[in-house]
Amino acid sequence: MSRKLVVISAGLSVPSSTRILADRISGAVQREVSSRGESLEVEVVELRGLAREIADHLVSGMPPSALRHALTAVSSADAVLAVTPVFTASYSGLFKSFIDLLDNDALTGKPVLIAATAGTARHSLVLDHALRPLFSYLRAVVVPTGVFAATEDFGGSGGQDGDGLDRRVARAASELGALLVSTSGSVPGFTAPAVDEVGKVDRISEESLTPFEQLLGNQLR
Amino acid sequence: MQFGIFSVSDITTDPTTGKTPTDARRIQDMVQIALKAEEVGLDVFATGEHHNPPFFASSPTTFLGYIAAQTTTLQLSTATTLITTNDPVKIAEDYAMLQHLSGGRVDLMMGRGNTGPVYPWFGQDIRNGVALAVENYHLLRRLWREEVVDWEGKFRTPLQGFTATPRPLDGVPPFVWHGSIRSPEIAEQAAYYGDGFFHNNIFWTMDHTARMVDLYRRRYEHYGHGRADQAIVGLGGQVFMAKNSQDAVKQFRPYFDEAPVYGHGPSLEEFTRATPLTVGSPQQVIERTLGFADAVGDYQRQLFLMDHAGLPLDVVLEQLEILGSEVVPVLRKEFEARRPADVPSDPPTHASLIEAGDDHANAAMGPRGRVETGSN
Repeated sequence: MSRKLVVISAGLSVPSSTRILADRISGAVQREVSSRGESLEVEVVELRGLAREIADHLVSGMPPSALRHALTAVSSADAVLAVTPVFTASYSGLFKSFIDLLDNDALTGKPVLIAATAGTARHSLVLDHALRPLFSYLRAVVVPTGVFAATEDFGGSGGQDGDGLDRRVARAASELGALLVSTSGSVPGFTAPAVDEVGKVDRISEESLTPFEQLLGNQLR
Repeated sequence: MQFGIFSVSDITTDPTTGKTPTDARRIQDMVQIALKAEEVGLDVFATGEHHNPPFFASSPTTFLGYIAAQTTTLQLSTATTLITTNDPVKIAEDYAMLQHLSGGRVDLMMGRGNTGPVYPWFGQDIRNGVALAVENYHLLRRLWREEVVDWEGKFRTPLQGFTATPRPLDGVPPFVWHGSIRSPEIAEQAAYYGDGFFHNNIFWTMDHTARMVDLYRRRYEHYGHGRADQAIVGLGGQVFMAKNSQDAVKQFRPYFDEAPVYGHGPSLEEFTRATPLTVGSPQQVIERTLGFADAVGDYQRQLFLMDHAGLPLDVVLEQLEILGSEVVPVLRKEFEARRPADVPSDPPTHASLIEAGDDHANAAMGPRGRVETGSN
């Protein structure tokens, strides 16, 4: 069974180091999954191209179509890789705005790998101070290893010495790969239904209703 | 089918002049707008209820009573009456009084109100929103249908041997709609009693509106009030018109761009694509509105939002002229042409409820039976 990884990449420049890190990690996850005899489809959601739609959704309450597709992709994914640049000691505002627009249950029980980029290694705790609590709140299963890359990581040898970027990427990818293959990736009943296909009436189930007499309680004589 | 207008009573600066109307001006303007509705042949005027600036409509029955005195056919309604923060005893009395003074030209639309800070101003808490709507409405229904009420509930002091006065005109309580945008519980509530369901779709995509109405219709049938397609449905709408569509867009754009509710977000073009807002020629408005019935089925009441966002009175009155003379007559004809004979055209009125007597859902306290639809 093919699994699907959706990558949220919040870099703003083109090319962005955030996207470069995202591709490096998703490539590693893909190798981990195929080494376990399964295949992995990767879809990248670049937030830069959705910036206006994200702002429109925030003020109007309605997702324009490309954004709607992106939100549905995230909520129906088997796993999510979330990569943001560090802006002013935290995730970027664009990144947070996108996360704010997800359904409360969109990530429940879903394996998530967190990663961030910054100009300096002094921001590395942003993973554990900002990103991890955000995804814990959304009841995602965040893998233990997060990947932080400072500018110097891209310039260094990276490779096998000590705790280089490649090693961190490999460890995180292996943790996510194990979760992706050991479970179905998403918990049935918790993935958001694709309710917003234009022109298609997805019915609201009668079973999801509290019967009205129960709501009335002791008002019924 | 009934056509009309609803107002949220916002006091908004006209972005083209920078002028903000006074409360006094805007209240008198809304009187003119309501009177114009009858003059141009519309059926309904509905006022909002708000207790915080920039809105002024805190006292709906005072306003509607004043309109009732100056009109003869206009149906007076609300959009919405806050069933959560108003005392149901006072709603029962105020609207029964209005019913007498207007000769039965009254119905109400219940709404919860979604502004948290408003609740404590009236001794309530938004966390009880749905529970308040359920308990208060059930009491309201009893107060209009039972001469003497003994009652005890969670949210107000008990009543012992209480009679709401005046009694409803001709012993017939006003018809009630329940307005909800997102809450299935409210669609369920409307269906349970066989009341009307109004979806104010003006900020929503049609597929969402269709899902809510579909739920209400199925539950209406489930509770034995009739077939799903016979349930009583109302929709909102929002239009701005000129003879040719470019002029409409040009004239309306500054109001759209600066409007408190949707300004500074999606463009006018994006917003008109996604929501029922139609800015264009009368013909475009006709086509768009007729399309609503494709999404939700044949329905009984269409209300348009016409006065908002700082639009000056003369422009609003001119819009009402176009609506009444060029748009609504065509809509009446076309909506009837597509409606099956056994699907009601109008929502219940005072006259039709008198005629139906105890046979109508409006006379009862709950479901008429249960039908297992199995269509889920």
